[in-house]
Amino acid sequence: MSTLIARTRRSFATHWYAWAMVLPVVVVLAVLVGYPLGRGVYLSFTDANEANIGRVIGDFEVPASYSFVGLDNYWHILSGQEGSFYPRLGWTLAWTASCVFLHYTIGLGLALMLNRRLKGRSVYRVLLILPWAVPAFVAAFAWKLMYNTNNGVLNALLGKVGVGPVDWLGDPFVQKLSVIAVNTWLGVPFMMVAILGGLQSIPRELYEAAEMDGASPWQRFRNVTLPGLRPVSSTIVLLGTIWTFNMFPIIFLVIGQAGGTESEILVTYAYRLAFQGVRDYAGSATYGIVILSLLLVFSVFYRGMLKRQEAAQ
Amino acid sequence: MRRGITVAAIAGVLALTATACGGNDGGSGDSSGKKAAEDPQSVSGSITWWDTSNEAEGPTYDKLVAAFQKEYPKIKVDRTSVSFDQAEQKFKTAAQSGKGAPDVIRTDVGWSAGFANLGYLQPLDGTPALDNVGDFLPGPLSTAKWNGETVGVPQVTDTLGLLYNKEVFQEAGIAKPPATWDEFIATAKKIKQKTGVTGTMLNPEGYFSLPFLYGEGADMLDVEGKKITVASPEGVKAMETALQLTESDVALKPATTDGYVAAQTAFKDGKVAMIVNGPWSVSDSYGGKAFKNKDNLGIANIPAGSTGKAAAPIGGHNYSVYRGSGNKDAAYLFVKFMSSAKSQELTAKEINTLPTRTSAYTAAVTADPAKKAFQQALSVSRSRPVIPGVGDLFVAFDQHYVKILRGDVSPEDGLKALAKEWNTKLLKDYTVG
Repeated sequence: MSTLIARTRRSFATHWYAWAMVLPVVVVLAVLVGYPLGRGVYLSFTDANEANIGRVIGDFEVPASYSFVGLDNYWHILSGQEGSFYPRLGWTLAWTASCVFLHYTIGLGLALMLNRRLKGRSVYRVLLILPWAVPAFVAAFAWKLMYNTNNGVLNALLGKVGVGPVDWLGDPFVQKLSVIAVNTWLGVPFMMVAILGGLQSIPRELYEAAEMDGASPWQRFRNVTLPGLRPVSSTIVLLGTIWTFNMFPIIFLVIGQAGGTESEILVTYAYRLAFQGVRDYAGSATYGIVILSLLLVFSVFYRGMLKRQEAAQ
Repeated sequence: MRRGITVAAIAGVLALTATACGGNDGGSGDSSGKKAAEDPQSVSGSITWWDTSNEAEGPTYDKLVAAFQKEYPKIKVDRTSVSFDQAEQKFKTAAQSGKGAPDVIRTDVGWSAGFANLGYLQPLDGTPALDNVGDFLPGPLSTAKWNGETVGVPQVTDTLGLLYNKEVFQEAGIAKPPATWDEFIATAKKIKQKTGVTGTMLNPEGYFSLPFLYGEGADMLDVEGKKITVASPEGVKAMETALQLTESDVALKPATTDGYVAAQTAFKDGKVAMIVNGPWSVSDSYGGKAFKNKDNLGIANIPAGSTGKAAAPIGGHNYSVYRGSGNKDAAYLFVKFMSSAKSQELTAKEINTLPTRTSAYTAAVTADPAKKAFQQALSVSRSRPVIPGVGDLFVAFDQHYVKILRGDVSPEDGLKALAKEWNTKLLKDYTVG
C-alpha cells in the first residue's frame, strides 16, 4: 500500500502538468458519461419508479421509498419471466444483421461504381450522400407518408400496375421489412463514402501488378480490393452495428406507438418502460445496462476476431 | 497509481453534481388561496399555462387570456402551446423535477387521476378555482376527482356519437339513423346496395371500441371489485360485433396506422356514409367536400348493443393547478375565469366544444344543431374508470384491438391476452374475471 502511495506521489510529481492538462476532459466525461452511467447502474439494482422516488412538489413532500433489490431486475429479464426480452432480442439481432449487411453490400457496390471514371461523378456523389444529410426524423416522417395505405405514393404506384394496396405498416412482418428498407436507405450513404475513401487509398500499383500477372477482375477484387478495404470495413461495420442496434428514431417514428409492439427493438422498448405509465426507472435502467453489455461483448469479440484474422494472414 | 487519481477526480465531480441537482427549492408560495378569495384584484405576478388545444383553437384562447388580463391587470398569463401528444410526458418530467412546470395545465380527463396520484396536482376544493360546483355536469366532474379530492376543473367535455351523411341516406331511402348495431349493419348493407357508397370505416383504437363494450353491458374494469372484466363473455360479444362490421363488405378495412385520420378523411370525402366520432371532428368534417353544405351532416346518438342499451365514453379536458406553483392565487383566479360559463359559452360558439356547465348551454349555443345533437348524445355517455394511468390501458388496448380487427386473433384470445397484459404490467393487484 505504501509503495502504491509513493508511486502515485512520484508519478504526480513528474507528470503533474499532464494531469492538469487532461483534467477538463476528465471532468466533462465524468459529468456527461460517468455520472449518468453510474446512476443507471445504481437504479438497475433498485425497484425505483416514478411513484416511489423522492420528490418535493411545493408544500408537498414525498420521501423516497424505493429499495435495493440486488440482481432481481436482471434475473427478471434474463430468465425470460418478463416475457418480452428474448423475442425482442431476436428481432433486434435480425434487424441489425440485415441492415448492416444491406448497408455494407449496397454501399460497396455504389462505391465501386463511383470509383470509376465516369461522367458527372461528383454530381452522383453529392446525390448519393443526400439521404445521410437528411435528419433521421425527417426521413422517418417522409417514409411514413409514402407507406400510407390509402394515400401513400407507394400504393399509388402499385395501383398503377394493377397490384392491390399493401398494408405497409400494419402487418407485423411487412412492418419489419418496411423499417429495414427505411434504415437501409438512410445508412447506405455513410458506408458508401467511407468505402470510397478506402478504395482511393489502395495503391494503384497493386492493381497494375495484378493485371500484369493476368488476374481477372474478380480476382483483383477479391485479392486486392477487399484486403485493401479491411481496415475501413472493420471499423464501419462495428460502428454500423452499434448504431443500428440502437437505431431509435426509425423504429419509433415510422411504426409509432400503435401498430404493434412486435417490431420494437430493445432500445425503443426501454424507452417505453421509462416514459409510459408510472415510469419504471429501474426496469428501463436494467434494459439500458443489458443493451450496453451486449454491445460491449460484441465489440470485444469482433475486435478479437479481426486480430486473429490479421494474425493468420 | 494513476487510476487512483482518476477515481478521486470522478468522485469529486459526482459529489459536485449531486449537490447541484439536490438543491431543490420548493417554491413556498402562499397555497391557501386566501388572497385570491378575499381580494382578487390585489393578486399580481405572472403564471404559465400549458394549453394543449390545437392550432385552430388557439386564437379563441388568446382572446380569453386577453380578457382575463384586462380584468386582472396585475397578472400576466403566458399561454404556452404544448402538443397534446406530448403534454402528458412533458408535464410529468417537469412536475417531478420541479423545474419548468407550468402553474396551470389543461389535462385530458384520462390524465387527472395519474397526475394526482403522483402528487403533482393541487386539490382545489374550497379554493376560488372551483366556482359554483353545482353547475357542472356530473359526468365531467367525476373525471376531475381523485381520492375524494377535486384536482381539476372541467373545461370541455365530449362523447362519441354517430355522424352520418344525410344525402346518402336519402338516396338509399333510409329515413332515420340506426339505433342499434344490428340496424347499423343492415343500414350499411342497404346503402352499399342502393348507392354504392361504403357504409363505414372503423377507427382501430381501443377508445373507439368502448361503445361496443358498453352496448353489451361490458366494461374494461370493475374498479371497486378490482377486476379486469374486458374479456368477459359480454366483452367478447362486443368485439364480435365490431369484427362483423369489418368482415362484411360494408366497411372499409381499418387503417392500422393513423386510423383516426383515415376514417375521418373517408367520411368527409363522402367515401363512407357513417362514422363514430366526437364533437371535435365536426368543424373538420365541414371542411370536407361531402359537407360543404353543413346541413348534410347528421348527428345521432351512439347505437345500442344487444342489451338494448347504448353508452359512449366521456372525454374532455380539465384545468389543473400544479402543486408546486409559485403563484397559486393567480392560478386559481385564472382557472376560475377560464372555466366560467361565459368563457365556456364563447369557446362553444367559436370552436365547437361542449361546455361542462349546465348554465353554459345557452340558447345561442344550442341553436347550432351539431351542439344540440351532441348535448343529446351526452345523455347516454358514461365516465371511464377513474384510475391512475387509464391512458396507458389504451396503449395495450389499441394493439390488441387492431389484431382482433385484422383477424390475427379471435376476439376471445385477443381480449384474454389484453387482460393478461394489463394484469402483469399495469394492474398487478387486480384479478382477471
